[in-house]
Amino acid sequence: MTIFPSDFSGFALVVKEDCATCQLIVPAIAQLEEQKDLLLYSQDGPEFPAGVPKVIDDSELEASYRLGIEIAPTIIRVQAGAEIQRREGWQRSDWRDLTGMAELGEALPEFSPGCGSKSVDPGMPELLAYRYGDTALSARRIEVAELEDEHELAYQRGWSDGLPVVPPTEERVLRMLSGTTRSPDEIVGVAPPDYVACTVEKVAINAVMAGCKPEYLPVVLAAVEAACLDEFCMHGLLATTYFSGPVVIVNGPIVDKIGMNWGTNALGQGNRANSTIGRALQLVIRNVGGGKPGGVDRAALGQPGKVGFCFPEREHDSYWESLAMERGFSPEQSTVTLFAGDGVYGIADQTSREPKSLTRSIALTLRTVRHGKAFGASDAILIVTPEHMRVFREAGWSKARFREELEACLTVDGSEVIKGAGGIAEGMPVKFADRRVTKFRSGGLLIAHTGGGAGMWSAVIGGWAATGRTGSIPVTIEIKS
Amino acid sequence: MSVLLDPTGELQPAQRERLPRPGSLSDKTVGLLDISKPRGDLFLDHLAGKLDEMGATVQRYRKPTFTRVAPVDLRHQIVSECDVVIEALAD
Repeated sequence: MTIFPSDFSGFALVVKEDCATCQLIVPAIAQLEEQKDLLLYSQDGPEFPAGVPKVIDDSELEASYRLGIEIAPTIIRVQAGAEIQRREGWQRSDWRDLTGMAELGEALPEFSPGCGSKSVDPGMPELLAYRYGDTALSARRIEVAELEDEHELAYQRGWSDGLPVVPPTEERVLRMLSGTTRSPDEIVGVAPPDYVACTVEKVAINAVMAGCKPEYLPVVLAAVEAACLDEFCMHGLLATTYFSGPVVIVNGPIVDKIGMNWGTNALGQGNRANSTIGRALQLVIRNVGGGKPGGVDRAALGQPGKVGFCFPEREHDSYWESLAMERGFSPEQSTVTLFAGDGVYGIADQTSREPKSLTRSIALTLRTVRHGKAFGASDAILIVTPEHMRVFREAGWSKARFREELEACLTVDGSEVIKGAGGIAEGMPVKFADRRVTKFRSGGLLIAHTGGGAGMWSAVIGGWAATGRTGSIPVTIEIKS
Repeated sequence: MSVLLDPTGELQPAQRERLPRPGSLSDKTVGLLDISKPRGDLFLDHLAGKLDEMGATVQRYRKPTFTRVAPVDLRHQIVSECDVVIEALAD
């Protein structure tokens, strides 16, 4: 970009006071100023460099931003308003070539490196882009009056899930968008329940509010995209009176890259990425999709994970292939898997040291998902922790073997679970009385390994009461940059 | 003064007027939409009897699953065949 008048030919130089090289080359600047047409921009105002007349005050950094300056000093040769060549830092021979001044900086050392321009200090690029750039952000602007509190405004406008949100200023949203290469106006999905086309920009705004860092944005975008797929059935999941909400499981290299917690308290609080990614998805559904509790969200009770429920799988020391690999992805691919899930229910078995016993133990709890007499009804996630995984590893049980044995434990005579059986009215239709029934439909049980190294517990996340073709099917998609 | 970006879908909540209500249901065609929730049919059977007594013509419809919005074709069919629709929402 050029900022020079079309009839200007000469040199432009950008300097800052807090740069030893800029201080060092003041004599050369004075020579240039004397002999050439020079536009001298100072990032610290007209007092620096002292003794040089006609210093242009660039303390607002507009020229530095528009010229794309990254290093001070930067010298630019300009011809008829257009940039011909630029040099960063001080290299005497380069400067002499550029200016055609054979005696330039005679008393100076041959080389001295430049410093970072003030326009690229942390946070400045976004601020300057907001001030001077064409940010291409199209969201409606909401003005906050002088005496108004931004946090209270977010509550009053219904943007919050009940917890404080980070006010989505343009600077913050621009910084968030730096986390993806996708264009702000790209449509990520059509967000239910209002079926509004949801752009990357809208996701970024809600990710800011949720407390995400820019590097989490690709994960949030993938989660939103997955939630908007028809097979996930987000609309029904929102509208149900049941407990469920979207559960996000992250796999692949991005987990460690963005610092997610797969260790101690993996499903709990305390890690920024785990806590905010799931929340960002729920804020998108709330704000862009328009799905709010008491509105389309008709949950009788809900559950705390509906604020946001996201965790990664512990892959590096797992004996089994990961959830994503089971679902057709390679270990090099980063993915999100979305599951329509409830809260976490623990399985405590501190005694089993051989896999058959532990499998039966786990099956006892899995059988209670939704209802002890509901079979082929709800899906579930089984989370196996490292200490329970050890039992299977030491016995050499593959994941497939475990699944096979588990399914056998979860297949019962229909007569045990039909309506009225055991003196309980609830149950399977009577037509199942003479059949064998299996707890989970094919593909309805997801198994993941995560959590801290100590504790012989595993956990179950039960699924929504509407599953499969007429409800929600878990979906896994790759995370794009 | 600061400026925030609107995180919502920006659907303008233009105040929508309700359609005029019929004074009576006699000689009107009333659609009963079963959303496929258990026992919704019992409720609608009862309503159908009452509507019949009032002189209304009753048409019955059913969504494939309660978890999704009614398919477009079904919505169009109801609009083209009925004056009024009643939806059984719960079990």
